[in-house]
Amino acid sequence: MGAFADAARSAWGLIATGDAALLDIVGLSLAVSLSAVACATVVGLPLGAALAIGRFPGRRAIVILLNALMGLPPVVVGLAVYLMLSRAGPLGAFGLLFTPGAMVIAQTILVLPIIAALCRQAVDDAWAEYEEQLRSLGASGFGAALTLVWDIRFSLLTAILAGLGRASAEVGAVMIVGGNIDGVTRVMTTAIALETSKGDLPLALALGGVLILLVIALNAVAHVVKDAAQRRYG
Amino acid sequence: MPASSILPLSLRRVGFRIDGRTIIDDVSVDIGAGPSTILLGANGAGKSVLMRLMHGLLAPTSGSVAWSDRDPERQRRLQAMVFQRPVLLRRSALANVAYALKVARVPRPERERLAAEALESVGLLHLANRPARVLSGGEQQRLALARAWALHPEVLFLDEPTASLDPSATREIERVIQAFDAAGTKIIMATHNLGQARRVGDEVLFIHHGRLVERAAMDHFFAQPASAEAAAFIKGELPWT
Repeated sequence: MGAFADAARSAWGLIATGDAALLDIVGLSLAVSLSAVACATVVGLPLGAALAIGRFPGRRAIVILLNALMGLPPVVVGLAVYLMLSRAGPLGAFGLLFTPGAMVIAQTILVLPIIAALCRQAVDDAWAEYEEQLRSLGASGFGAALTLVWDIRFSLLTAILAGLGRASAEVGAVMIVGGNIDGVTRVMTTAIALETSKGDLPLALALGGVLILLVIALNAVAHVVKDAAQRRYG
Repeated sequence: MPASSILPLSLRRVGFRIDGRTIIDDVSVDIGAGPSTILLGANGAGKSVLMRLMHGLLAPTSGSVAWSDRDPERQRRLQAMVFQRPVLLRRSALANVAYALKVARVPRPERERLAAEALESVGLLHLANRPARVLSGGEQQRLALARAWALHPEVLFLDEPTASLDPSATREIERVIQAFDAAGTKIIMATHNLGQARRVGDEVLFIHHGRLVERAAMDHFFAQPASAEAAAFIKGELPWT
């Protein structure tokens, strides 16, 4: 217990003084994960809505696949993206491997199924409620889907948050495609893994604390927004 | 107001089957402009399904539903429906009505004025900027009526519009329906409530087990029901109306 207390005290020192190395790592973590979630949201929400409202052959199979992909192992995604981006790979020419860009790609692939699948579920439920009314008013197809997604936008926040949770917490994918290079691709999770194995427990613990606080803060903000919206719009 | 009417509505041997069950069985009827028509029957008789077939939300599995005007665009624009439970969008009352106008391609500058007029007609103008979903049940249903009426449809379908409301809200809704009726809108309403049928309607289509059993003027229907089913229904329902 003494070791933990020492580590916690040093960790607090690092956070309180705004240690530059710590801030860099936190900043890059946020940049990578938020970018990945933004990309996955732009693709995932329309995809989920289309799967909920559209009626086309193979829809059920795609829905089942999407639900299964929510549990994609990060290291496997990391490996696949690594193979695509490596010098000999099909996308090797872009020279993205071991850059933050590669990490964004890997996390986008991880998060996309989560956001799309949760969005599909939410839109599916809402469609059951709205369909007759919207058709009666003469709204159909793309226009109706847009109305629906906009009307449940605050529920979709939950899907996006689930994606963000996944992105900020995973270590396997960013480790493989980013390489955990100091000052270039080192993020909170990879740094925690490294510092722990090196024995620098204060830095690892400080990073762990910041990671948890950030996740709580983001969720709290989202919760407050959702709550206020609920009271405002019912 | 349109030059030509989409009425009469003609159902020819309309049937609706789902999962091997017959919900609507061989219904033929012509509904013209004028008197308010009540689809009367017990719960599960098929009133709601018949109304959805008329409105075009369901396609008949046999027979045909046709309006005198064949233009699908006019058909859609000149009929509206109010459901048992109103589905309102998460925006203001006024914006809910304006949305219906937008879907019907009413130019933007006119929407707000027409929406305000519609709210006025149901006595909700003072709540125009209130979020629709926080209104009371009766207010929500009046908003649904305003939304349906904003385009001045020729035909207004109402599916048990007061089934989940208390008596005073019910009276308000009936008053609005009567006002729309007086303004020349053709009312077609489904209800199982005999008192409401009498207050709002001029003629009855009595539905029993998916079949149209009897069609009669309101007074005549209550005085001398022609079918045994209708007589039993009136006898069974009266104590509670």
